[in-house]
Amino acid sequence: MEVRVQNIRKEFGRFPALEDVSLDIRSGELIALLGPSGSGKTTLLRLVAGLESPTEGTIFFGDEDASKKTVQERNIGFVFQHYALFRHMTVLDNVAFGLKVRPAKRRPAAADIRRRALDLLELVQLSGLEKRYPAQLSGGQRQRVALARAMAVEPNVLLLDEPFGALDAQVRKELRRWLREIHDRTGHTTIFVTHDQEEALELADRVVVMSKGAIEQVGTPDEIYDHPVSPFVYGFIGQSNCLDVTLANGEIWHEDRPIGLRAGNEPDGAAALYFRPHDVELIDGCGGCLAGLVTASRRVAGTRHLELDLGRTHPPVEIELPPERAASTDHTRIAFRPTRWKLFRKGGRKEAPPIEAEAPVLAATGT
Amino acid sequence: MISMAARSSTRWRFRQPSVIPGFGLALGVTLAWLTIIVLIPLSGLLWRSSGLGWSKFVELALDERTVNALTISFGTAFIAAVVNLVFGVLLAWVLVRYRFPGKRVIDAMVDLPFALPTAVAGIALTTLYAPNGWIGSLLAPLGIKIAFTPAGIVVALIFVGLPFVVRTVQPIMEEIDKEVEEAAATLGATRFQTISRVLLPGLLPAGLTGFALAFARGVGEYGSVIFIAGNLPYVSEIAPLLIVIRLEEFNYPAATAIAAVMLLLSFMMLLVINVIQAWSRRRYGYGA
Repeated sequence: MEVRVQNIRKEFGRFPALEDVSLDIRSGELIALLGPSGSGKTTLLRLVAGLESPTEGTIFFGDEDASKKTVQERNIGFVFQHYALFRHMTVLDNVAFGLKVRPAKRRPAAADIRRRALDLLELVQLSGLEKRYPAQLSGGQRQRVALARAMAVEPNVLLLDEPFGALDAQVRKELRRWLREIHDRTGHTTIFVTHDQEEALELADRVVVMSKGAIEQVGTPDEIYDHPVSPFVYGFIGQSNCLDVTLANGEIWHEDRPIGLRAGNEPDGAAALYFRPHDVELIDGCGGCLAGLVTASRRVAGTRHLELDLGRTHPPVEIELPPERAASTDHTRIAFRPTRWKLFRKGGRKEAPPIEAEAPVLAATGT
Repeated sequence: MISMAARSSTRWRFRQPSVIPGFGLALGVTLAWLTIIVLIPLSGLLWRSSGLGWSKFVELALDERTVNALTISFGTAFIAAVVNLVFGVLLAWVLVRYRFPGKRVIDAMVDLPFALPTAVAGIALTTLYAPNGWIGSLLAPLGIKIAFTPAGIVVALIFVGLPFVVRTVQPIMEEIDKEVEEAAATLGATRFQTISRVLLPGLLPAGLTGFALAFARGVGEYGSVIFIAGNLPYVSEIAPLLIVIRLEEFNYPAATAIAAVMLLLSFMMLLVINVIQAWSRRRYGYGA
């Protein structure tokens, strides 16, 4: 079912947790709410669930206004970070709970409830464990029971609050792939909250990046990674470097020299230049470039990470190079230029539209 | 793997190696203390009653007055413990779940029956529930008599037993995760269903512990009961009082026989409750 969040505002006491948030979620979509802690992502999820009520704004399930309905009436499935299973019930009873508590006229027959619960346990690959108690299961198994329990009520929308947060890395990866499979098979509209960008980018159809109670950007994982619309998203998703630069006559200057990048028809003034460590090219003989001393060098899987000191005023810049390319530069001083970068203007709360560029001077790519 | 192999190769030992020192000393002191305080007096009791001989013991134990006294003691203690279980859980719920002015005072007041001399409690309750007392005078026109009847015993035992249930259930209730209730709500459970199907079953082990403690206390209670009970033989005479009466008559065999029966019954009931608890702990992986 499609879910529309319209101009939602939520305050806890006088602390604003969400400010004027609007979001359209398409039917059958798997969407991730991603942000640092305190960004309001869990609050948004709980508002959709009906576990909190908005200070202002409306939430639609399809064409129906859901914001006046109680949690019980909304018919949603919610999966908690710490599973929240009923400890005194067997796995089977946990899964069947949502059907058993229905009023008599909407409740399926006992045999049907049992069959449905067993089917769901098969779907989450826990067949044969239906007589166990939650205390007898591993963390990953418990979370799968929680998911089966949430799906048992045929929810309008499935909501997952950091579903893999309490699990160790290996299990987390496995469950992530598995959740995607389940989603593709069942087609429930699903919203999940995470602070793990890798999880969000790998799993979701669309990612909602949140910060300080507002949505920064909504887009596919590719859009979010390749075309971040704000400094926050650029900095939060993946690795990035940020340099204070100045614009003069369409040229970008770092400290007291031009770095060989042009910024079109932008007015002069201060700006911040963002680029990713892997989007750089080395330059021999610097006529307009960034240059710095190598202060540290680390081999990470298939690339070598170099930390460069560009001057006292900045935290070191990090670039990534293919190892053989890095080895061939025996100089301790390296000159380079970003091949893909983005400029964010400074001053004022509102960010000016970013200026984006790919391989501005030399089209030569590759090593 | 290595540690597994090492463990299986060594012989069984009384105590596994551990970094916590002082096991021998601590266990020794504990056992000596338990022996002096509990085991020697109890075995003395069994020794004395075994000296009676079986037929004499049975005769004394099945004496009509003794049987009546035991029935009254265990019956009233059971009823009082059930009442305490219900209202103790309710009181704990209020103290854990709600914020209201005077909450800490009420919380502290729960412990009063622990601290108050039981005789004082007995006298106070008698004054209130006597036919001419504040509460008794309201009930008297309805034909309800509390003081000087078994009902009075129940009232006194409820008073002394209340803190046991509250104090065992309270910490477990505080641990209940809010998420469990929210999970039940998202699955469509009404408030009543959440409480009856999710919360209360989870409190069962702790509730049973509180029940057992209140019950055990009620069976042995003497001070508060003798004032309110009226102590009519065969009607409202409790077993501990009968023991005292027999002692005052220098009838030691009868006193020990009653005591031995009480010991046996109490032991059996506590055993049953402990077995239930162990079972629920094994099943749910937690418990009080």
